[in-house]
Amino acid sequence: MSKISLIIKREYTTRVMKKSFIILTFLTPLLFAGMITVPLWLSSIKDKTNKSIVVLDKTNSYKNVLKNNEKYTFDFVNKPTEEIRKYYTENESFAALLVISGDLWKNPKAATLYSEEQVNMELKSYVSNLLKNYVEEQKIASYNIPNLKQIVEESRTNIDITTVKWGEDGKEKVGSAELALAIGMISAIMIYLFIIIYGAQVMSGVVQEKTSRIVEVIISSVKPFELMMGKIIGIALVGLTQFFLWVLLTVIISSVAGSFIGGNVDVNALEQVNKIGMGNQTLPANETENVVREVYSMLNGFDFAQIITLFVVYFLGGYLLYASLFAAVGSAVDSETDTQQFSLPLTLPILFAFYAAIYSAQNPDGPLAFWCSMIPFTSPIVMMVRLPFGVPAWQIAISLSILALSFIGTTWMAGKIYRTGILMYGKKATWKEILKWVRY
Amino acid sequence: MILLEVENVVKQFAGHLALDNVNLTVPENSVYGLLGPNGAGKTTLIRIINCITAPDSGEVRLNGKRLTPKDVEKIGYLPEERGLYKKMKVGEQALYLAQLKGMTKPDALKALKYWFEKFEIQAWWDKKVEELSKGMAQKVQFITTILHEPKLLIFDEPFSGFDPVNADLIKKEILNLREKGATIIFSTHNMESVEELCENISLVNQAKIVLQGNVAEIRSSHTTNKFVLRSKTAISEIGYELFSQTSKNGLFESVIKKEKAETNNFLLEKLMCQTEIFSFEELLPSMNDIFIKTVRK
Repeated sequence: MSKISLIIKREYTTRVMKKSFIILTFLTPLLFAGMITVPLWLSSIKDKTNKSIVVLDKTNSYKNVLKNNEKYTFDFVNKPTEEIRKYYTENESFAALLVISGDLWKNPKAATLYSEEQVNMELKSYVSNLLKNYVEEQKIASYNIPNLKQIVEESRTNIDITTVKWGEDGKEKVGSAELALAIGMISAIMIYLFIIIYGAQVMSGVVQEKTSRIVEVIISSVKPFELMMGKIIGIALVGLTQFFLWVLLTVIISSVAGSFIGGNVDVNALEQVNKIGMGNQTLPANETENVVREVYSMLNGFDFAQIITLFVVYFLGGYLLYASLFAAVGSAVDSETDTQQFSLPLTLPILFAFYAAIYSAQNPDGPLAFWCSMIPFTSPIVMMVRLPFGVPAWQIAISLSILALSFIGTTWMAGKIYRTGILMYGKKATWKEILKWVRY
Repeated sequence: MILLEVENVVKQFAGHLALDNVNLTVPENSVYGLLGPNGAGKTTLIRIINCITAPDSGEVRLNGKRLTPKDVEKIGYLPEERGLYKKMKVGEQALYLAQLKGMTKPDALKALKYWFEKFEIQAWWDKKVEELSKGMAQKVQFITTILHEPKLLIFDEPFSGFDPVNADLIKKEILNLREKGATIIFSTHNMESVEELCENISLVNQAKIVLQGNVAEIRSSHTTNKFVLRSKTAISEIGYELFSQTSKNGLFESVIKKEKAETNNFLLEKLMCQTEIFSFEELLPSMNDIFIKTVRK
């Protein structure tokens, strides 16, 4: 086995066998899945208890409007507010007090809900929908036009524009700007995190080797450059392992979840969510199912093979660009606490790239997006946002070539800093000195 | 047979000269001492021999051939600042370091088994290095240094951090290795061990070699012509400078300075007239004295 592969093997196995790696790798997809499914599941559990609402209707005209349902019972009283309040606080079975102080047609703000707790959205939207529909009907009736209600119902239209992307092969794909944005942002955030986390791992690995002084033993066996590259490649493989495990686990979890969506559980849950979110204009169950199917067909519209391949390529490119610089920083300092001063010039462009990615998402073909996906220090992150919207092949080719040339350049420079830095003990290097090491 | 030659080696670091035209030759199968005060350039020289840094000019030859990075497999190096991966298990780590030196895995395992048994540390194999004491970790590191049976061993302060029992163990192993044919370069501040172990030395001061040669020859060339005499009765009025005279266990011990031109026998004859002589021995300056004297000059 060659020496560099020995180093790669050590860097890889010691990290992959760590408990923190195993836990993080297997828990993160579960955590994500949990973040999506738990609220759905919770909202699907029906609150069966019946709640009473005391109503003080000063206009005395809404008694027939506020209908009881399986959840809420309305209790009309006609007493002074003070007394009701006392009555309300003494009887814990009342969930809220509704006061209608005037004609809602003339004053839409005349209804108030009082409660000792925060009034929940469901109750609020239920009550306001009932009142709203009633006032609307009243208004329509006041025009004295026959069948006006029907006319209004019929004239209500919902326009939902379907976006279709023309593929190069002439095929039409159902596209969705929102989904493209989501996929782009998720992959940009992932690359951002991977570069920061694994870059920092390279740095702290170098610092540990230097402070524990083992570096001198090792470089009496291998060249410093081999040690640095072995570490960088080993850690890159750790990152790729983590990424592929995540992809694999996500596929497994989402296919399990997909089989649930096929059943009734989640559709009902979605319905419930809709109910809360959009008042009582419930979409019929089959329409909800359609939405789910639509999302799936839109997801099929993206070329995931291309996105994942380029994700891996850009991750490697961006990581190699920064990792060698992180290694150089690690070699220039004497302890982990000193790294901050030197790693700032590295973390700033990464952070900038992240913000550029957020703004590029709004205009994926604009000048900011274009230039930032060409500059090697930002391209791995910004290009990820642009990819789902479709990027011409020549741009990807240029961006990747620049990235490749740059990481060869930074690695070469970092190698020079590294081989001098790791043998310097006892004094903190200055920027001037580091520049001298490059030329040295 | 010469194993290692260092010829006209110059090394300059930003602003200061670390090695100024250094020459030395290390005979095969000997213990060579590399001495000098802190910051004299010893570590730089050792790093050049290990191909860790390259000299600005000059040449290092091993067995008459110019040293190449491939040759470091024939060298074992124990740096002054010891270090191992703290989170790694002892056995795994020793195996890794041995493989980096070019050993195959089965060979390394076999050799490790031998040394771990010899040092009676088999129980440490699965322990993490951070669980070991400093001295224990040093033992492990010593083993990893000599495991691949290098022709040339370089020890930088090998005894620091060891208790007397373990220091003695290491000393014996170093001599053992020489018996088996290894050549040892040995950098230290401990002058007693230099007298005990080294055949030849180089004393480096301020980037230059200021003293070089065989230990015995250096000591006799620095002679002050003083002799220690143990006799039955006290001596007096012999016409020589008498430095001290003490009585110990019924014997008188005197330090006398002889004239340079005179032979030892001439002095002895004079003394024999006065008293019965039990022992007569030249008082050579210690390496410690020579070191201090040379460096201060």
